[in-house]
Amino acid sequence: MTAAVEFSNTSRHYGPVRAVDAVNLEVAEGEFFAMLGPSGSGKTTCLRLIAGFEQPTGGEIRIFGEPAGGVPPYKRNVNTVFQDYALFPHMSILDNVAYGLMVKGVDKATRLREAEAALELVKLPGYGSRRPGQLSGGQRQRVALARALVNKPRVLLLDEPLGALDLKLREQMQEELKTLQRSLGITFIFVTHDQGEALSMADRVAVFNQGRIVQAGTPEEIYKRPQSRFVADFVGSSNVIAPEAMARFGGEKRWASLRPEAIRIGAEGGVAAKVLVSNFLGSTTRLSLDADGVKLHAMVPAGLSVPQVGETVQLVWSASDLHYMDDAA
Amino acid sequence: MHSRSNAAPLALKLAAIGGLAFLHLPILLIFAYAFTTEEKSYQWPPPGFTTQWFGIAWNRPDVWEALSLSVKVGSIATVIALVLGTLCAAAVSRTKFFGREAISLLVILPIALPGIITGIALRSAFSLLDIPFSMWTIILGHATFCVVVVYNNAVARFRRTSGSLIEASYDLGADGFQTFRYVILPNIATALLAGGMLAFALSFDEVIVTTFTGGQQSTLPIWMLEELIRPRQRPVTNVVAMVVVLVTFLPILAAYYLTRDGDQIAGSGK
Repeated sequence: MTAAVEFSNTSRHYGPVRAVDAVNLEVAEGEFFAMLGPSGSGKTTCLRLIAGFEQPTGGEIRIFGEPAGGVPPYKRNVNTVFQDYALFPHMSILDNVAYGLMVKGVDKATRLREAEAALELVKLPGYGSRRPGQLSGGQRQRVALARALVNKPRVLLLDEPLGALDLKLREQMQEELKTLQRSLGITFIFVTHDQGEALSMADRVAVFNQGRIVQAGTPEEIYKRPQSRFVADFVGSSNVIAPEAMARFGGEKRWASLRPEAIRIGAEGGVAAKVLVSNFLGSTTRLSLDADGVKLHAMVPAGLSVPQVGETVQLVWSASDLHYMDDAA
Repeated sequence: MHSRSNAAPLALKLAAIGGLAFLHLPILLIFAYAFTTEEKSYQWPPPGFTTQWFGIAWNRPDVWEALSLSVKVGSIATVIALVLGTLCAAAVSRTKFFGREAISLLVILPIALPGIITGIALRSAFSLLDIPFSMWTIILGHATFCVVVVYNNAVARFRRTSGSLIEASYDLGADGFQTFRYVILPNIATALLAGGMLAFALSFDEVIVTTFTGGQQSTLPIWMLEELIRPRQRPVTNVVAMVVVLVTFLPILAAYYLTRDGDQIAGSGK
């Protein structure tokens, strides 16, 4: 099966700056794909390359097998939900949603009917006569979604779709986006710097750093088996343990990552550590510990007894939770 | 606290009223003299009031010639300014290129320069290039400062308009022309209207550049200047002055209201 989007050795350099550097990527049709990385890691540039706002300076991009080089954005069957939503302030919501059909010459009755249907899809029926300025951030995002979906794109790009929303709304939209994607069967590619968002929503995640993909895989693979210190650090808040410390803890002398929630506070026979800071987070308490000069984090689930700051405790983990990394970078 | 800090002392109030009166009473004087019965000199108080000068002004062909020349010059200079000013503003605010700041400065320079410099420069350039002085040389002269007004208005609006609107339009399938027609133009329209009106008003009462770039024709302000020297049917000049005040004041007022609303529109989208 041809991939929905395929990057082969694709680069986008701005002079000496390598925003995207020799990226290879395949997004399957119908996949919910996340591009995860810190700001400036090249994920947004990748999205813009797919949308057609940028052209690669090297390599190639194929969309459903067709080379996309030189094809302007308005000739691609790809639509974008912009980070700032980019709703047209001088148009009503209905005209915003119908815009894509209007410029394609769809007759007025049809395009207004389809725009109304798209608004229903994003649970904003009857909002068509309002202006973007009269809607809340969450509603504006739904309009942006409807405006993109009304064109029936084969690939939908979402640039930090939940970035501007508050926590509660964000969780709700995560579920809705996922449900929407399942029911429509459209390939969704979204960019985020929030690892929680990427892990919970996506079928597959590509982790970006300095213009390159450092690891791609299912959320579980990325979370449990990070291939590098960067991924271990960035995805979740893993403990990254240097080879020397690992040797002292009785493990192999290699870089390893250990999830905070995999560490248990035991009575004896573990690694001795002193509690430095204790942060109560509700469902868990997060401890910062000093184990023989190595800083570790551990999560104590609610209900278990939490050691005091300054107390020395024994840390225990099972060898299977310890993940050794090939790549130290 | 609040009411005390808001209340200005009486002396300040009087000074403010005096200042405003000094600025605006002479204009009322002009209006009053348009109705005087005394034709040779301005005498206060006017010996009597009449509306005959309106009829006389209406029937004088030189008034009509000057007025139509001014309207033509103003309109054409404004159209030139709208096209060039918008294009320039779009280039400066939408793209990054070497010398962008320099171009921005060069565009604004004509309005910072004294009109007499612009006038002399243009006059010598026209004669150097053997261009005969005509209505078109006046239009070119006016366009130099009209462009600035349109450019300033357009560039401010472009800066407030989110760049992703244009990308969103492309993304939704609109080509360059459709994007201009449906997204860019509606967003900058009020700014262009305001800039255009200011440009027209500037051109309409311009004297200095016109003096240097014009040939035998006189625009309305130049005609008035010449009329004041001649002691014949003087109140006709005042009648025309009233018309000039109205013609220039109304567009400026409209431009003010249009840009003020524009701010609200642009702000509400954010």
